[in-house]
Amino acid sequence: MAAVATCGSVAASTGSAVATASKSNVTSFQRRGPRASGTNDSGPRLVSIAGTRPSVRNGQLLVSTGLPALDQLLGGGLAVGTVLLIEEDKYNIYSPLLFKYFLAEGTVSGHTLLVASAKEDPANILQELPAPLLDDKCKKEFDEDVYDHKTPESNIKMRIAWRYQLLPKMEQIGPVSSSRFGHYYDASKRMPQELIEASNWHGFFLPEKISSTVKVEPCSLTPGYTKLLQFIQNIIYEEGFDGSNPQKKQRNILRIGIQNLGSPLWGDDICCAENGGNSHSLTKFLYVLRGLLRTSLSACIITMPTHLIQNKAIIARVTTLSDIVVGLESFIGSERETNPLYKDYHGLIHIRQIPRLNNLICDESDVKDLAFKLKRKLFTIECITKLRSYDLRSQRYFLSRHLQRKFSVKKNPYFKEPHTLKKIY
Amino acid sequence: MFVELNNLLNTTPDTAEQGKLTLLCDAKTDGSFLVHHFLSFYLKANCKVCFVALIQSFSHYSIVGQKLGVSLTMARERGQLVFLEGLKSAVDIVFQAQKEPHPLQFLREANAGNLKPLFEFVREALKPVDSGEAQWTYPVLLVDDLSVLLSLGMGAVAVLDFIHYCRATVCWELKGNMVVLVHDSGDAEDEENDILLNGLSHQSHLILRAEGLATGFCRDVHGQLRILWRRPSQPTVHRDQSFTYQYKIQDKSVSFFAKGMSPAVL
Repeated sequence: MAAVATCGSVAASTGSAVATASKSNVTSFQRRGPRASGTNDSGPRLVSIAGTRPSVRNGQLLVSTGLPALDQLLGGGLAVGTVLLIEEDKYNIYSPLLFKYFLAEGTVSGHTLLVASAKEDPANILQELPAPLLDDKCKKEFDEDVYDHKTPESNIKMRIAWRYQLLPKMEQIGPVSSSRFGHYYDASKRMPQELIEASNWHGFFLPEKISSTVKVEPCSLTPGYTKLLQFIQNIIYEEGFDGSNPQKKQRNILRIGIQNLGSPLWGDDICCAENGGNSHSLTKFLYVLRGLLRTSLSACIITMPTHLIQNKAIIARVTTLSDIVVGLESFIGSERETNPLYKDYHGLIHIRQIPRLNNLICDESDVKDLAFKLKRKLFTIECITKLRSYDLRSQRYFLSRHLQRKFSVKKNPYFKEPHTLKKIY
Repeated sequence: MFVELNNLLNTTPDTAEQGKLTLLCDAKTDGSFLVHHFLSFYLKANCKVCFVALIQSFSHYSIVGQKLGVSLTMARERGQLVFLEGLKSAVDIVFQAQKEPHPLQFLREANAGNLKPLFEFVREALKPVDSGEAQWTYPVLLVDDLSVLLSLGMGAVAVLDFIHYCRATVCWELKGNMVVLVHDSGDAEDEENDILLNGLSHQSHLILRAEGLATGFCRDVHGQLRILWRRPSQPTVHRDQSFTYQYKIQDKSVSFFAKGMSPAVL
């Protein structure tokens, strides 16, 4: 409790510094600092949005992607106002997992969700979210918040850290489940029903929306994209995520998840034909979406089957219009499945682009060869690097970032030329 | 403004040439640091700048500009900077019916039109105000970036026409400068982009090409900058000069060095 209060005050002071340094118009790259004109409080409110933290580099507000390993590779997390594009793996097995981790993180942190899909009903997607792994302390906090958030906190006298008794507690908005940044999830269990019901979510299922005959503005976007954009804009305006609605003062993040964008189910033909009629539809959609996100407190994840797109130029344009691009390459069905180098892993993960926001440089990680594996409970990302020592009688070392252990050669202590290394070097 | 880049280009804010089109190009890396450089350079040179920013928001440029020593909000308030924010305008155009014509109104139209409204906007922004005293030295048009116009449905020919009209007005009539950024898609076979890039390369006086290293990612050398001076109007004796430097981007500046002479290696 005490640690949370102090870290809340540090975060708020960084936020106020950022707010006073830059000017008044609120964009998503600013943290709104403590406001003096609160409604009915005495001192300055230490308000911070749960599940977010300022970036170490430039104070920008970050949210977690649901995978702490991925957060670290992306320089701390996904910046509010940006798009995370996941290039789907060939059989679309692992990208829905990342999609669900993102949404699960939003549910646990108390963010509002907007789920859009042309294939699955968003209610079903939410039923399949992975359960969070909470240690005991967080679990207690969890249970208390979910069931007793209306009762006043008991005034427990602190005996050891008595000085912290006097510090103001961090005020949390709404039924916040957990104030940590980045959680681990158990992929084999489902998220508890009460958490899903407690969350605020909006669903966009294309087959339902496309049948309604609302007048669509002629915009050269496919009707599915136009409807989705209008839906997103409506939610942002109605719930006050862009600060323009005078009735609603929103202090939460909107997490938008769009599944399989660009697939034929959305009415787009870029995956079917090389030079179709709507070749600009997807890129225009991404541009307008970027405009919507930059002026609101929201973050978006999009999964796209780029391996199906016939025209390579469109992939390059889509990459330019997205902020973070992560590609998944699974080994299923490829020759790499039998390669002993990759026998512990399920696929490779490529961080193709990281944005430079409000800065000349970005936090690009040095590690480029990353692989992922889905164990029964956890989805882990590790670095596969082989360090080859040139001493004849030495042993081979496998360095795994996650584990940091040295494995010695099992069969023969003397150096043997392995055939796998011949392919690489 | 990066002092080392000024030295390489042999210019200072006070002695810059006028009537020139500079083409910024990036291949496999991010060349936006060049845009920030030229923006702060021309603001410090006391020029009237029209910035068509299609890919990032105003606050992004403003925050980086503060690191480089210029304040975009102040420049906008005193009328030195005319800023067209593409992202915000796109949201307004697509979701609300506009009464008066907007420079980016082609976003509402189904068929690819032309960029005439955008050209009218630029001409209006940069026309000299007859207030007697010469407040700003010369006008400058900055576009970041042109490849986005292709993604929004414009044809390469329409974009080239727009640049041609702007060059006639800004560079020849008003004796100002133009700086545009185009992405080089490399092996992505983007034909429209290649047409645009080749067309602009022939028209421009100075080409700055930021490329990623051929050997891949390196922490100490972020890329390679190729500088090419062209004299399209004098097709004779002067050969086009070309220099190549490698660079590393730091928090507030960029350091340039000759190929292979990175301080990390020496």
